[in-house]
Amino acid sequence: MDYISNILFAILLIVGVGFFVKNIKRLSRNIKLGKDVKVDDNKSLRWKNMAKIALGQTKMVVRPVAGFLHIIVYAGFIIINIEVFEIIIDGLFGTHRVLSFLGSFYNVLIGSFEILALLVIVSVVIFWIRRNVIKIKRFVKPEMEGWPKNDGNLILYIELLLMTLFLVMNAADYQLQLLDTPHYTKAGAFPISQFITSIFGDMSVSSLIIIERATWWLHIAGILFFLNYLYYSKHLHILLAFPNTYYGSVKPKGQFTNLDAVTKEVKLMMDPNADPFAAPAEDAPIPEKFGASDVQDLNWVQLLNAYSCTECGRCTSSCPANLTGKKLSPRKIMMDTRDRLEEVGKNIDANNGVFKDDGKQLLGDYISSEELWACTSCNACVEECPISIDPLSIIIDMRRYLVMEQSAAPTELNNMMSNIENNGAPWPYNQMDRLNWVKE
Amino acid sequence: MSDQLKVPTMEQFMAEGKQPEILFWVGSAGSFDDRAKKITKAFVKILNKANVDFAVLGTEESCTGDVAKRAGNEFLFQMQAVMNIELLNGYEIKKIVTCDPHSYNCLKNEYPGLGGTYEVIHHTQFIQELIKNGRLTIEGNAFNGKRITFHDPCYLGRANNEYDAPRALLNTIKADVVEMKRSKSTALCCGAGGAQMFKEPEKGDKDINVLRTEDALKTSPNIIATGCPYCNTMMTDGIKSKEKEESIKVKDIAELIAESENL
Ligand code: SF4
Ligand code: SF4
Repeated sequence: MDYISNILFAILLIVGVGFFVKNIKRLSRNIKLGKDVKVDDNKSLRWKNMAKIALGQTKMVVRPVAGFLHIIVYAGFIIINIEVFEIIIDGLFGTHRVLSFLGSFYNVLIGSFEILALLVIVSVVIFWIRRNVIKIKRFVKPEMEGWPKNDGNLILYIELLLMTLFLVMNAADYQLQLLDTPHYTKAGAFPISQFITSIFGDMSVSSLIIIERATWWLHIAGILFFLNYLYYSKHLHILLAFPNTYYGSVKPKGQFTNLDAVTKEVKLMMDPNADPFAAPAEDAPIPEKFGASDVQDLNWVQLLNAYSCTECGRCTSSCPANLTGKKLSPRKIMMDTRDRLEEVGKNIDANNGVFKDDGKQLLGDYISSEELWACTSCNACVEECPISIDPLSIIIDMRRYLVMEQSAAPTELNNMMSNIENNGAPWPYNQMDRLNWVKE
Repeated sequence: MSDQLKVPTMEQFMAEGKQPEILFWVGSAGSFDDRAKKITKAFVKILNKANVDFAVLGTEESCTGDVAKRAGNEFLFQMQAVMNIELLNGYEIKKIVTCDPHSYNCLKNEYPGLGGTYEVIHHTQFIQELIKNGRLTIEGNAFNGKRITFHDPCYLGRANNEYDAPRALLNTIKADVVEMKRSKSTALCCGAGGAQMFKEPEKGDKDINVLRTEDALKTSPNIIATGCPYCNTMMTDGIKSKEKEESIKVKDIAELIAESENL
């Protein structure tokens, strides 16, 4: 083999991986735009959650059909990675099937890759049918129009292409092995691709080599492309599902955070020694903003959630508000958060590392208060999410901003709240009448 | 029979220098809402029957602040919480029972961070405990074979993973428990949570409580059982909108137990 192809391969690899690293850096910079929260508790439980939910896919199989197919595609993905290891060595050093020294184990490996590849193809086709022919409800909601829909299909096409390339490559290789072509080590088992060798007819060795080489190059180029596609796609979840399930909440779902900034103020108000009319000290820090109106007000776990979202819509399909035709869709909350975060990130890149006010924010420009007020805080979305995303926490943080910073609650809720303030109940009843029921 | 209810207050216990076994947190709905008051009374009858040494805060009780918190008013929530915690800690309360899953969740999960740590249990859990310890025996046959479907309150079920206690109680009254397709962790909300109880719903094509009532109707129940005063209101309204109030009753588990035992 001449060295040109080795060098070309090295360049391709460096460029592919280089871009990927750049994207990962951008990703982590953007996630860190969120507020700091400490997540260093319950370490062993968190590892367990990650193993169970991300690796073990326990939540996926709650919906058995999609869950089963997903596990096949997921296993296929992991296997591509073992394959890639061999491809990289072969590519860099001009070897061929370098792992074939493993002997019969190698045959088992290649054989099972092929079977999986076929299963992946079948699953991907079924996935495509579910999205485009059966049009399962959760895939055709308004927030899925445009890019999200194309993204979903594109992923399927890429997977289909990669698997096909892999099988055709093996078929050509197998044929070359049968023809005793030098350099083509006799190794591997080809339970699936042996059936496609017939398409080659009595092609010449040189044509077969061209096919084998072309599919080999396209396969690895495709993988590198896919790697760099992730950042722009919901497919990012194949990486982020792991940290996301690790950092997911381990508290009871009903427990909302108590805002520390509020606790401080309440303590001050309750302190009999504090002078409520005292002017704030000169060096007093700017009072913290209550709640969230933009992505920087959310914490980094919530932002990680946004990048991890698979846009599967399981949350939305179980949301009582969405099921009854309200605008709220928990999936849209996550997608909007990611889109806005991307916008903020690009703004920072364009302005030498500092965010320049663009007159936009998450609240209003992406998520309307109508959506926020439709939530019943029922936790169905949190329960459903296969990778421990919590759309509800974002909804509540935004409500906090609406109420505490803007006094923009619906009138009925304002009435309810002033009742609580004045007489300790959400209705206009006197606290002194609290025990009347005993005598009634 | 209400004149026979024994409802001592913490103040009375304090005056006698005693501590009750448990504090009954009645909650705002349980104190003021006509439908919910019936649940409160049914539960007190059970407590009286089992000779539970309990107390209420009475006129000293105030809203937990839960609904303000869900509405986004963290400030009002914490004001209420700090006030209540001061009162509860002053009385050295250790154990609290309530018929309202929202108060239950709030007291159990959100008060500890503000200095109020108590053992908090839901009334279905407490009744189950009473039966288990032999303090309450269920003998009635009124619901024998009646088809009863249980609507899981979000704040008892998903929020705190309690699905069994209410169902176990339905079994003790020998009901034929029928499950809705969406039940336990996949149960659909009644539509009241997150402060929705106090406002008109956003524009949509249906009310949530109607959708949930349809879920329940599919099980052809005689009774829809609930464990939350707000769920009760929502399901009752749902049944009315389907004009089924004559044939299908919406009852709290405590009411079913009390009725079963003729309390
Ligand atoms: S918590 Fe809110 S957003 Fe989530 S499913 Fe319930 S109503 Fe929908
Ligand atoms: S939040 Fe979770 S359930 Fe909802 S679309 Fe994203 S990944 Fe799916």
